Order: sequence, then structure tokens, then C-alpha cells
Amino acid sequence: MALATRKSTAGNKAASSARPTAARSTLRKNSTPSEFTRDEDVKAYREMLLIRRFEEKAGQMYGMGLIGGFCHLYIGQEAVVVGMEMAQKDGDQVITGYRDHGHMLACGMDAKGVMAELTGRRGGLSKGKGGSMHMFSVEKHFYGGHGIVGAQVSLGTGLAFANHYRDNGQVSIAYFGDGAANQGQVYESFNMAELWKLPVVYVIENNRYAMGTAVSRASAQTDFSKRGISFNIPGEQVDGMDVRAVRDAAERAIQWCRDGKGPYILEMQTYRYRGHSMSDPAKYRSKDEVQKMREEHDPIEQVRSRLLGAWKLTEDDLKAVDAEVREIVNDASEFATHDPEPDPSELWTDILK
Amino acid sequence: MSIDILMPALSPTMEKGNLAKWLKNEGDRIKSGDILAEIETDKATMEVEAVDEGILAKILVPAGSQDVPVNQVIAIIAAEGETVSAAPKAAPSAPAPVASPSIAASVAGPVVSVTAHDASTEVPAGTEMVQITMREALRDAMAEEMRLNGDVFVIGEEVAEYQGAYKITQGLLQEFGPKRVVDTPITEHGFAGMAVGAALTGLRPIVEFMTFNFAMQAIDHIINSAAKTLYMSGGQMGCPIVFRGPNGAAARVGAQHSQDYTAWYSQVPGLLVVSPSNAADAKGLLKAAIRNPNPVVFLENEILYGQTGSVPKIDDFIVPIGKARIARSGKDVTIVSFSIGMIYALKAADELASQGIEAEVIDLRTIRPMDIETVLASVQKTGRCVTVEEGWPQSGVGSEISAQIMERAFDYLDAPVKRITGKDVPMPYAANLEKLALPNVAEVVEAVKSVCYR
Repeated sequence: MALATRKSTAGNKAASSARPTAARSTLRKNSTPSEFTRDEDVKAYREMLLIRRFEEKAGQMYGMGLIGGFCHLYIGQEAVVVGMEMAQKDGDQVITGYRDHGHMLACGMDAKGVMAELTGRRGGLSKGKGGSMHMFSVEKHFYGGHGIVGAQVSLGTGLAFANHYRDNGQVSIAYFGDGAANQGQVYESFNMAELWKLPVVYVIENNRYAMGTAVSRASAQTDFSKRGISFNIPGEQVDGMDVRAVRDAAERAIQWCRDGKGPYILEMQTYRYRGHSMSDPAKYRSKDEVQKMREEHDPIEQVRSRLLGAWKLTEDDLKAVDAEVREIVNDASEFATHDPEPDPSELWTDILK
Repeated sequence: MSIDILMPALSPTMEKGNLAKWLKNEGDRIKSGDILAEIETDKATMEVEAVDEGILAKILVPAGSQDVPVNQVIAIIAAEGETVSAAPKAAPSAPAPVASPSIAASVAGPVVSVTAHDASTEVPAGTEMVQITMREALRDAMAEEMRLNGDVFVIGEEVAEYQGAYKITQGLLQEFGPKRVVDTPITEHGFAGMAVGAALTGLRPIVEFMTFNFAMQAIDHIINSAAKTLYMSGGQMGCPIVFRGPNGAAARVGAQHSQDYTAWYSQVPGLLVVSPSNAADAKGLLKAAIRNPNPVVFLENEILYGQTGSVPKIDDFIVPIGKARIARSGKDVTIVSFSIGMIYALKAADELASQGIEAEVIDLRTIRPMDIETVLASVQKTGRCVTVEEGWPQSGVGSEISAQIMERAFDYLDAPVKRITGKDVPMPYAANLEKLALPNVAEVVEAVKSVCYR
């Protein structure tokens, strides 16, 4: 689609400040998102590409036995964290579940530190003691990395409680999946967040499968934007493969929270190309389905075609970005392969302060 | 430079697999994300995806090959125009496991030199004492800490308007307002997780559970979210939080409201577990818990709430966490207990004294980290030990004490350690049965006499 034919949707944004009613969860899936500037498209491309290349490398290193245990890759879902991050302000907190590598990279956490944690080395962000699912950064306001499905929703509501308590104007972004959305504590959290008008954006990353269970086989209400209706929490369905749509929705949601109006739900309709974890038999969906998503909706390809089309970047320009990203990933992999394991004395540290 | 494609593993335990088919041919141009091949095991099928770009120069393992070892080079990708030799480079291997560090620190041999904590030094001589209930002592501790630190707040069911289901938070709403004394919906799992999230940012929540029986709904956050985060974050993110409320049996409230969770929480590294038996310890320990940078499980007892005790009139009275108190000195036998168990222990010691047995009674006060040194020092003197608790026998606090004594003071024992515990049954409702299910003074007296061979 030609870029020039699209109109700026500043008007849409203004209209969206009206509060969606409880009974009518606003569906914005088909609305035209605000265009990015050239620089924003370049930034989004670079950040999404970094996550993809990082995850591809992590998958490769897992295959080589350098990464152990669980390893949940974010490939296909990159537009969600990158679009959200583009709407955040410094100080806003992020918390998520176990599929967390992309979130950490989007927060600006060091790729070397993340990769070295995956390989369980001393230079890992948790000194090798957390693993793929458990990394944190006080500096970048990233609160994990949680392995108990749904726990991050209560914890993320607590981050918002702290913002409210301190009246600091910050917003907490709590990511969870379509699977976690069926946990009881999610609704306990929704209730308290709306009751006390806590500044938290609940980002439901609906990638269609909770492990191997399709949404339709696990959820009585498959429109996750409606999950807050009985608590009067507004919700939207968002094309989570289009980074512009994500940022648009994120801006509305975050502003809603910052204005003291309480929580907001964003259902990001996305897709994971890889298995749930590395040992996924992939019997629950067809290859055609995966292939179709990759070919027609890939979040990175969408930006790439804009860069080459409307923004008139050359293949060489993009190759330079690719090379820069690849260097970061290769450095990370190199570091994570050769950094020593934690000193055995580390077994006994960091249990109590 | 050429790049080797290695046979990947589907799981950490996979050692070999079958190369089912190649989806690219030699000479094909490859870009990142292209699927090169499919591998399979008896459990799963996986696609091998390209990470690097170039030309698929050589396929070294043909489609249909069985039992290909993990990390064997299966193909080589080359840059455009590059020629490759068939010899693959050596692949980096996974690190060899490091020998486990010695666990000698935790299971040392017989202890010769141990020092008991002298709790008498906690209060300066001549300090004025006031008579207050444990209920008031707990309230005062919270109020004092809330006055000192604006980050401390109380959250839980009925803590504000109702003034506390057991009136522990009486008056706090009036002094500190609804922002710092927060009534929650009935939603233990949710508010416990929320409070942990707030604590991760540095606030200092005091979470009141109406009873620890209800905290079973929240135990995932107490353990997985609060206790483990410091370790999982490599020491970066702490969780300064107090979980408090009545624990164990009250009176005639049935099986679901009467469980003692001390042993459960005491097993978890990353938690501190405190359980006071009197008003002074309750005040000093709760203040210490609120100031502590770690998650503290503070187990109270409903029956003790109304008991009056002497509390030092000191501006900042703190009892150290992790130190036991010798509640009564004696030379013949050591009785170790905590919380309401101390009532049975001290009454039994009185009765035993009248029969010529001088029991030393130790109040653990903190269950984790346990002040086992004070217990061992006493057992080295008396050679005999009885433990008293209301919790169930298997894997109980008494079991731990018994094991520690056996490992570290075996040579000092003149008789096997004896445990007095709640009976191994769900708590019955009927008054007579409930009485039978709980420990009592006569059982403690009997146990002491048996270890003294009297």
C-alpha cells in the first residue's frame, strides 16, 4: 500500500479520548494507525530486528546446548514491545511473564547481559542465577521475568499501586498472554486496579495459543479486550503485528492511566512463529497457518517495505542496519559463550539482604 | 567466512535425532529465518532455521539420516563467491559441569563450642516496664514504624474501617488515613501479589492476613515472588515486606481455620519466619521485621492476642531477628518451643520443678534463621531435649531441631530427643476432640520425665 495515500490520524487520536463504555469495548483493529516519521520507522525496524536476530541466535545456541532448561522465543511478536516502548516515558515500569527476552531488549537492557544469563554465565543480568525467565533491572525499571503464569499481573498492579502511593506520574505496563488471561488473580487485580484507579496498562499478548491450546479451546470469551468489562475497565483490540497501531493504542492507554483514570486493557493480536518453548512438537497448528502469518503480516517486513518504498531507503541502507544489529547479537553470543560460569561461592549469596 | 550449521537439540537431554528432510538445496541463497531442514525425535519435530545469511554451500548429512549426534555439523553456509573446504570448524561445546561446592558448612560434625544468645542484654537494667496486651504491642509497633517511615503502610481485609478483624490495627486509620491503612476486597492472592509488587519498588508493605489459613491462597506470591526474587535477580531487587496475622488454632473454628504453617514457611530460603510468644517480643520483633530489607513471615496467635505482658518503655525497642531467648534457666533438660507452645512449656517447667526437675526453656522467637546455637549450648549442658509446637509432627519444627541436635550434639545426648506436637489429624470441631488434637501441659511433663528416665 502506498504510503502517501494514508492520512494522518491525529483526528482519530483526539476522538479516542472519550471513554469507551463498559458494554462496548472499542474495537480499533481496522482503524488506520498514525503514520510514523522516517526516524520512527527506522527506529522501529532496528529494534524489532534486534529482537528477531537475538532470538534466532538464542534458538541456535539452545540447539548447540549452550542454553539450558526453558527458552521461550518472541519471534513474530516484536511489534508489541517495540510499539509499547515507543509510547512510554522514562520511569514507566515493565513486567512480564516467561517470554521476556524481547521486553528486556526493548527496555534497553544490555544484549550481552541477557544472552549471558541465557547461557548461565557470571556476566548475565542475574549473575547466571535467574535464567531465561528471570531477569530484572532496577535501572531500566524492568521488574521481571516471572515463571508463574499470571503472577506478573498482580505484581504489575503492585507497581502501579506504588506509583499511586508516591503520586509520581509513572505508569506500569503489565504484559501477559491469552493463557494467563484465564488465571483468577488477573481478575482480582483488575478489580483492585479499577477500584483504586491504579495507573496500569494490561497488555494481553494474544498469540492465539497458550502453549498448544488454541484460544477457542480455552476461552469462553475470546475477545480479550472485553475481559475488563465487569470492572468498567476500557479495552481495545489492536493489530499487534503493526507497530504503528501498537504505538497508537499504547499512547491512548498510557495517557488514560497518567490522567488518573485507572487501568486500561490492550489486547494485542499477534502471533508467535516458533514453538511455545524449544521442545514444542508443533502438532496443534498447521505449517500453512504459520507461513501465511509470516508472509502476510510480518511486523518487520511491514516496516521494511515502508522504508524501501515511501522513505526511499536503499537496500544498502538497510544492510547497514542489519550489520549493526548482527554485530550486537554476535558480540552478545560471543560474550555469552566465553564468559565463565558463576563462581561456586555464588550459590550461597543473594538469599537475604 | 563460512558458517557451520550444527545438529540442534530439541531439549537439554536430547543427544541425537533424525534429519528428516532438507528444505533447501546446495547452492540456494539463504537468509535469516529461512527454514533449512526438519529434524525429529520420537517426541517432537523441529525446524532448523537459518540465523545467518549466505549460500548453502555444502550439505554434509543427507536427508533421512538417523541418529545424528547433537552438535554434528550438518551443513555449511558460505558468503557469496567463497569456496569452502569440507572440513568443518570445531564447534564450541557446552561448559563442563563444575564440581558442587562442599556442603560441609551446613552439616558440620559435633559442635564443641557454641554460644547461647543472652537475651537479658536486650533491655538495659532499670528500664521502666509497662503492662500491655500482645494486641496493643503489635499495634504500637506498627504505629511507631509508620511514624518513622512514610513508605510503611498496612494492607489487608478489614484493617481500616473495621479496625482489624482481631483489632490489631485499631486506631491506625484514624492516625494515618486511608492511603496508608488500606482495606482490600477479599482477594488474598491478588493483594498479596500487589503488595509484593509495591515492595519490589522499595515501599514497605505490612500485609495482614485475617488468618494465615487464608494466606494459602497467596502462598505462591510469598514464596515464588517475594522469597526468590533477590536470588533470581542476582542480588539486584529486594522485597522488604511483612506478612503478618494469626496462625494456628484458635478455639473451635474447625479444620480449615486452625492450621499451623510455621514448618511450611520455615523451609523456604529467602524468607525470615518469626513467631513471638509474648507482648515484648511481639513488639520488638515486629519493629525489627518492618525495618528488615527481606520478606518476613510474622506468625501470631489469636489466643495470645489478649495476654498481657511487660514491655520495656524504650523509645526504640527492637528485638533482634534470629535470636532465641532463654525464658527459664535449668540444668536437667532443655525444652524448646515458640509462640503458644511456650505457654505449655513454661507451665510444664513449673510443674516439673515441683517434682525436682529443673528444665531450661528456650523460646525460639525466630524460626528461620533458627538460633540453633542457643539450643545446642543448652543441650550440651542438659543432655536432654523436648520440643513443643502445635503444628503437625511430620517434617515439623521439632523434627528440624531434633535432626540438628543429632547431627551437631549427638555425643552430648543422654536420651533421644522427644517431640510434642499437634496430632497428625485435621483439626476436629468437637470440644473434647479439639483438646485431644492439641498438645497440653501433661504431655510435655510426661515427655520430659521420659527423657530424664523418671
